[in-house]
Amino acid sequence: MAFLQIEGLTKIYPGSGGKPDTVVFEDVHLQIERGEFVCIIGHSGCGKTTILNVMAGLERATEGVVIMDGREVAGPSLDRGVVFQSHALMPWLTVLGNVAFAVRSRWPDWDEDQVQEHARRFIELVGLRGAEHKKPAELSGGMKQRVGIARAFSIRPKMLLLDEPFGALDALTRGTIQDELLAIVQQTQQTVFMITHDVDEALLLADRIVLMSNGPRAVIAEIVENTMPRNRTRHTMHHDPQYYRIRNHLLDFLVNRSRLYQDGPLRAQHDPKRPRVVRPGLDDTTERPPAQVVQLRH
Amino acid sequence: MKSRLGIQAAVLSLALLLVLIGVWHVVTLPAESAAAVDDEYAKLMGAGAQKTGGFPTPAQMGETILRHLADPFYDYGPNDKGIGIQLGYSLARVAAGYALALLVAVPLGFLIGMSPLIYRALDPYIQVLKPISPLAWMPLALYTIKDSSVSGIFVIFICSIWPVLINTAYGVGAVRKDWLNVARTLEVKPLRKALLVVLPAAAPTILTGMRISIGIAWLVIVAAEMLVGGTGIGYFVWNEWNNLNLTNVIFAILCIGVVGMALDFVFAKLQRLVTYAD
Repeated sequence: MAFLQIEGLTKIYPGSGGKPDTVVFEDVHLQIERGEFVCIIGHSGCGKTTILNVMAGLERATEGVVIMDGREVAGPSLDRGVVFQSHALMPWLTVLGNVAFAVRSRWPDWDEDQVQEHARRFIELVGLRGAEHKKPAELSGGMKQRVGIARAFSIRPKMLLLDEPFGALDALTRGTIQDELLAIVQQTQQTVFMITHDVDEALLLADRIVLMSNGPRAVIAEIVENTMPRNRTRHTMHHDPQYYRIRNHLLDFLVNRSRLYQDGPLRAQHDPKRPRVVRPGLDDTTERPPAQVVQLRH
Repeated sequence: MKSRLGIQAAVLSLALLLVLIGVWHVVTLPAESAAAVDDEYAKLMGAGAQKTGGFPTPAQMGETILRHLADPFYDYGPNDKGIGIQLGYSLARVAAGYALALLVAVPLGFLIGMSPLIYRALDPYIQVLKPISPLAWMPLALYTIKDSSVSGIFVIFICSIWPVLINTAYGVGAVRKDWLNVARTLEVKPLRKALLVVLPAAAPTILTGMRISIGIAWLVIVAAEMLVGGTGIGYFVWNEWNNLNLTNVIFAILCIGVVGMALDFVFAKLQRLVTYAD
């Protein structure tokens, strides 16, 4: 059994005033192994954030369960650290205060020195040494998001959930923080689930990239395996022959195929429990019928 | 640049004050000709005595102010106490009523802000009670409490409670969902969440309510003390009106203004202390 299992997740918003119900996504199945970095990509409205919130325990799905480490997710927990899109720092606390708040929540028995020291270590980890006593309002967007990451890491969660953490940052800052995140994740062997809109971000960070079709009635259309070596970096990644193959496959999905799953033959063939796993360039799955795909994978 | 503007404003303010006092002086110049024409009449009316019926001149006013400030805490019986003592009584009543109001309004506001059910259940009461003039409670308070001083405190309590209650409820209800979600993912216990997340988040709004309340309380105490009598700056105003001593009335008015300003200043400072830049 995988470390994290999503089984039959469905979210339905009841229609009001005689309007039909809105099915955001349905019958979503996904397994994530320990230490894996999984990115999810899809257009707005496919329910990515809802899936993440259900995993975090902040929201309830209409149907289905999330099981982490053998236990059903019934509510928010310190086992799952969340980095929010809007950084969600408390503006009345300093950088250190924000991280220390999380540390104190995780280890209520620790004395103040322990808490401070632990918090400082994680502030250093994200490169914010010297900014400990600044308030969030004095920080740039990138620095705020770093604090958010430090806060999430500092509680040593079993799993990290990131909701488009770099969406609001400029390209340069985003690159730097991506590198830092990659380094920390490789260091800590953290299991990560991340929402992104940025194909290159997914290529750099993820081991597997989950592609969601368009909503309503979104499904996991494909899972793309990142076949580039894990020690890839932002600067050298594009020299890898696999880079453009995977990248083109992702873009092609987002531009063309993501809207074909609402009905028609693709939907009819689609097996929600075992969405197609693709390794672009290595197995030419697009031309072959599904039966052969399974053979090629093994 | 900013300091130059400040100096200019100060000069203008001062000029305005001088103009005001000048006009006041001119308007209240004693009608000497009338007195000179008829010495006999003047004698009949009390020769040598200062004219007291008219509006005080700035000079008389200044003399009164100095006299009061020279000895603000004298106590010559129930009808003659120093201005400091009278203000002290008023401030003590305001402090007592206001503190009681905070004790009730802040926790209740928290409850209302956190629970939509309680909000809906209590809303009609608040809507009806809020617009009632606090002085309208006075007869009921006097009848049930049977103590004029405590009734004054009750009136302050009832008028201070609404802005704090409403602002607390609003501030607590409007705490950003993100911060609450952070607290939830960190499994923060309810009390800790209330004190460390909700309270600081809502503090600026709560302090705004408190600042409005203290202003209203200071407005109301004067009227309340006029009604209940005995002690306090409101009673002092009424008493001096009965003595037809307008100089003292004007002096009391000035004191009320200055104390009100000081109270507002203190709360503005507190407000700045809890306000966070986002």
